[in-house]
Amino acid sequence: MKNFGYSIIKQRTIDYDQFDGRLLNEILEMESSFKVCLSCGGCTATCSAGDLVSFNVRRMNLLLRRGETMELESEIKKCMLCGKCMLVCPRGINLRNVIMLIKKSILKYKLSG
Amino acid sequence: MKREGKMQVWKDYQKEIADDHYFYVRSCIRQNFFPGAEQTFLKILRAELGKDIYENPHHTSCSGIAYHADVVPFDTIQTIAARQFALMTEAGYQNFAVSCITSFGIYSEIIETWKEYPSELEKIRNYLKRATGREFEVPQNVAHASDIVYKFREEIADKKKFPLINQQTGQPLKIVEHIGCHYSKMFPAKGVGGAEFPNVLVGMIESWGGEVVDYPERRHCCGFGFRQYLVMSNRGYSVSNSRKKFESMEPYKPDAILCNCPGCPMFMDRWQYVIEEMEGKTYGENGQGIPVLTYEELAGLVLGYDPWDLGLQMHQTNCEPLLDKMGITYDPDLKYAGKDGKLIGKPTMVGCGC
Repeated sequence: MKNFGYSIIKQRTIDYDQFDGRLLNEILEMESSFKVCLSCGGCTATCSAGDLVSFNVRRMNLLLRRGETMELESEIKKCMLCGKCMLVCPRGINLRNVIMLIKKSILKYKLSG
Repeated sequence: MKREGKMQVWKDYQKEIADDHYFYVRSCIRQNFFPGAEQTFLKILRAELGKDIYENPHHTSCSGIAYHADVVPFDTIQTIAARQFALMTEAGYQNFAVSCITSFGIYSEIIETWKEYPSELEKIRNYLKRATGREFEVPQNVAHASDIVYKFREEIADKKKFPLINQQTGQPLKIVEHIGCHYSKMFPAKGVGGAEFPNVLVGMIESWGGEVVDYPERRHCCGFGFRQYLVMSNRGYSVSNSRKKFESMEPYKPDAILCNCPGCPMFMDRWQYVIEEMEGKTYGENGQGIPVLTYEELAGLVLGYDPWDLGLQMHQTNCEPLLDKMGITYDPDLKYAGKDGKLIGKPTMVGCGC
């Protein structure tokens, strides 16, 4: 490959035809309260980890729903499971369980490919 | 909607294009990128259509690239534009025909500014008078050169020698049309069909027998963007835009890409080679690339002009696959021959699909 001094940027288009919804469907099935998330960002605003590092719970939700699980895997490790997000969630979502389920399921799908 | 209703709505998307007597201003970069295109335009207008078109050797760059790169301030570019209008006025013309889309956007922006703020016009008149002693009139009609070819597309079609028909299959050639962003995205009323339904190239393709390819990223920018290519490390943004379009159009198997901007054909032509070198991906059938043409070059081919006189040897992506489909005969040995038969030099780095 020739080096011209610049590189071609990968497309950020989300192709839903290529979307792997297994992880999302499993989370929604096992923690149905997650279905009513309205992406208000209250969880992110109060997040203890987000106060210290660049962790964004609302973005985690977005990554999950877009099927961008590679980035999700590294993001989810930043959560300290303090549960403050659950105290402020206007929809009463059990976010701690959502995070635990993502951690478990990501590993499962990673192994199964 | 009824046809009558559609026709009524469509009237709102038309622009006035002068019928004759044009003062022509060339593009700085098109003369380097596609050196045969502007000469072909003049030849078609004078020899084929019998129109009066004049160009003045004292015409300069509009400095649009420097303006968009924040090097030249607005007052300066207004004064430069005023000088071009002064040349037009001195030559006795009122219809301004612009070769470049960037310049077309610049002139449109400046004239609109003068309409909105007459004090700016007075200020620029004063600047030009003090700097050069010249005076000027604002053009009555500003048309892009592609508008003029669009206006006379049927007359060109009447004289066609090679229609846009695949001679091997008898089917219309599938052509991607790409409009320069500054043609009608800045001032929709200044373009045929506005920003929503730009028809300037569609009209040419359909009149000359071809079929327009409608694909998802049809209205996406080519990626030329002044700030994107001026700095080498930013050129990734430019090539990424072009690649997005190539990926989107590829499934429709286009026979050629038609452009009306200086930058779009340049980059859509050259980036195909760059993508081939960087990623090993070649677009187009049989890995030959998708030929990229200016509207003057396509009009010249339709009228039966020699492809090498049109300057098609200057393209990075080879145009021979299109010539073969149109049934145009050409001498490969004369590809790099000048007007007097003297070799102009063959590129050491061969083109895409070569």
